[in-house]
Amino acid sequence: MIIVNKETIAQLALQDKRLDGRGLTEYRTPIAIETNISKTAEGSVRVQIGQTIILAGLKMAIEKPYNDTPDEGGIMINAELVPLSGPQYEPGPPGKKAVELARVVDRGIREAKAIDMKKLCLVQGEKAWFITIDLVTLNDAGNLLDAAGLAALAVLKEAVFPAYEPHTGVIDYKTKTDQHLPLIKEPLPVTVYKISGQLLVDLTSQEEDAFEARLTVASDEKGILSALQKGGEAPLSIEEIDRIIDLALEKAKFLRGQLK
Amino acid sequence: MSLLTKERDIVIPGEALAEGMDYLPGENTYRESEKIYSKVLGLASITGRVLKVTSLSGPYIPRVGDKIICKVTDITFSGWRIDTNTAYSAMLNVKDATARFIRKEEDLSKILSIGDYVVAMIVNVTSQNLIDLSMKEPGMHKLLGGRIIKINTHKVPRVIGKQGSMITLIKERTQTEITVGQNGLIWLKGTPEGELKAEQAIHLVEEKSHLEGLTEKIQQFLS
Repeated sequence: MIIVNKETIAQLALQDKRLDGRGLTEYRTPIAIETNISKTAEGSVRVQIGQTIILAGLKMAIEKPYNDTPDEGGIMINAELVPLSGPQYEPGPPGKKAVELARVVDRGIREAKAIDMKKLCLVQGEKAWFITIDLVTLNDAGNLLDAAGLAALAVLKEAVFPAYEPHTGVIDYKTKTDQHLPLIKEPLPVTVYKISGQLLVDLTSQEEDAFEARLTVASDEKGILSALQKGGEAPLSIEEIDRIIDLALEKAKFLRGQLK
Repeated sequence: MSLLTKERDIVIPGEALAEGMDYLPGENTYRESEKIYSKVLGLASITGRVLKVTSLSGPYIPRVGDKIICKVTDITFSGWRIDTNTAYSAMLNVKDATARFIRKEEDLSKILSIGDYVVAMIVNVTSQNLIDLSMKEPGMHKLLGGRIIKINTHKVPRVIGKQGSMITLIKERTQTEITVGQNGLIWLKGTPEGELKAEQAIHLVEEKSHLEGLTEKIQQFLS
């Protein structure tokens, strides 16, 4: 643990330097993705970026489709910042940060139309597969957004359907098929932070106390943007947003390389 | 009658160290009927007839004369309340904070404000573990800039080394100003590269403190 004041971080950023000696646009090491860590979930991963660790679990269930989309399944993403992951978190209902985390990851996947929802429908207006992804942080050492986005994409890629008997309508969760989700695109969010007018990625917890503005950019493998989320108090100019998006696309490519 | 442990053995709480009245219980040990037991997890050491255990884990226990790095958490009428990185908070009185005369109506936050870090010395610890601090001793000051890192308090003696050998080595090689608090907080100030190198070296000492040839390893790391 390091205690340092905000001005130090801001001054270092001006000189293209960081507390831990990394370059401004360099991710921490190791970036580790461990799959199939839980027997009971349809998909599960553990993602580590530096000291930040997050778990993602995916469950599938058959439910009645929504009235306005009778031929589509659905997806829901939840995030929980458990007290174990940092001294700033308390037990209880999800706070602002947890809600934002879940919403940003959810929007990136939903708006990219990453999953072919029509293929999740079994009987029109009656039965469709619904996907739930739960994100649980084990350690927050900064940059949860990128870690959560990476975990969500990894778990979508890894998950397999459980055995389903259409006549009886019974799902056998203990038997797994080898059928993967109908994933069309692979959206991945990358958060770019602004400190002293400089652009940085993969902030540590100390640096997160000192940023002025941040923009999360979710893009798929072709570089098509699906979601943006701005945070922090300082404004961003159009030129800055252009630079942020270029950097985010480059870093998304790098993270996608880690996923394979 | 007999010793049940050897010098530098790792002992656990409740482990019998010696039997009979030939030995005396020292630091972190207690006697129950005929036997002497360890109170903590640590290394046993025998000096003459006295048995003591050097603790390897657990929190920092405040002791008079220790130089610590701590944080101002509140301002009161006559001084500051200070977080010492232990279970107990400390008081720093105005008269112990500075040698300068302070007028009655003066704003105390101009001297030390909430969130500031200071190097202070423990001058008194009551039986209730209330701590009194002083900044009048030489080397006590408010910390400006640099970075503060936290290490296991039981590794502090290893970071300092014999007669300060380890810390002098790190200071010289990295050209960094370093102050080690007995409560496990260490303040580093120098160039960003020097600070980082010194921080890594200190963590290396913390990690490898039980191994032989530590000084050589650190020399190698820093060269």
